[in-house]
Amino acid sequence: MTLERRLRVKTLFMVLLMVVCANVGDLMLKRGMSRIGEVQPSLAGLARAFPLTVSNGSIWIGIFFLSGFMLSYMTVLSWADYSYVMPAGAFGYAILTLLAVVFLHESVSPRRWIGVVLICVGVLLVGQLNREPHR
Amino acid sequence: MTRFIVVLALLIFGSTGGEIAITYGMKATGEPERLRPKELLQFLARALCNAWFWVGAPLMALAFYALLVLLSWEPISLVIPASALSYVVGTLGAKYILGEQVSTARWAGVVLVCLGVALVAKG
Repeated sequence: MTLERRLRVKTLFMVLLMVVCANVGDLMLKRGMSRIGEVQPSLAGLARAFPLTVSNGSIWIGIFFLSGFMLSYMTVLSWADYSYVMPAGAFGYAILTLLAVVFLHESVSPRRWIGVVLICVGVLLVGQLNREPHR
Repeated sequence: MTRFIVVLALLIFGSTGGEIAITYGMKATGEPERLRPKELLQFLARALCNAWFWVGAPLMALAFYALLVLLSWEPISLVIPASALSYVVGTLGAKYILGEQVSTARWAGVVLVCLGVALVAKG
């Protein structure tokens, strides 16, 4: 394998790891916060919610996966540009919305799906330049 | 709706600001030679010695708590797509802070993301 090709495979692998970790992490956070209930937007409300969040198992599983996301993200940022890595999660939005429907039984209206598709296309377009990973 | 927008702004500016700071830090740190535990630990130690990391990490912690609060209020199929606005802020940051070039196509993408988030928010 040429050096350039190896770099590309390495980048692709890390990006895939990023997407899986980010989606599983976010879903676990949602599960945890659903059990905790609405956080009141006041100092007292935040103070009350904090011990509940740090003692919630789903939140910690979410943090574990999001740490995996952060680690792969930080590592890939050391050899690829921010503007190259940034759009890689474009389809993550559609995948996450689908997972929310399947696993969390959220209802997503056709209008919201159109919005999600626009976001995916928009995020892909944002990544138009700097397609090649470089140092 | 107002509280949602305020906390979403905390999430977006916290995560984008944090990412830009950590990008600075990681570029200065360089990449780990191999993906082996020893090299990864050395890489982590070098990253932790970088001041930019310590600017980025608290911002990301703030963003994380903002995300938890948003998830306690709204369905994830609203919160996560709405967080895509970070690409809009990220593109502005890439242009004006990191000095990267931004093409017309990328600006079109920024507009599409804004439209998409507006549709998602309408439910």
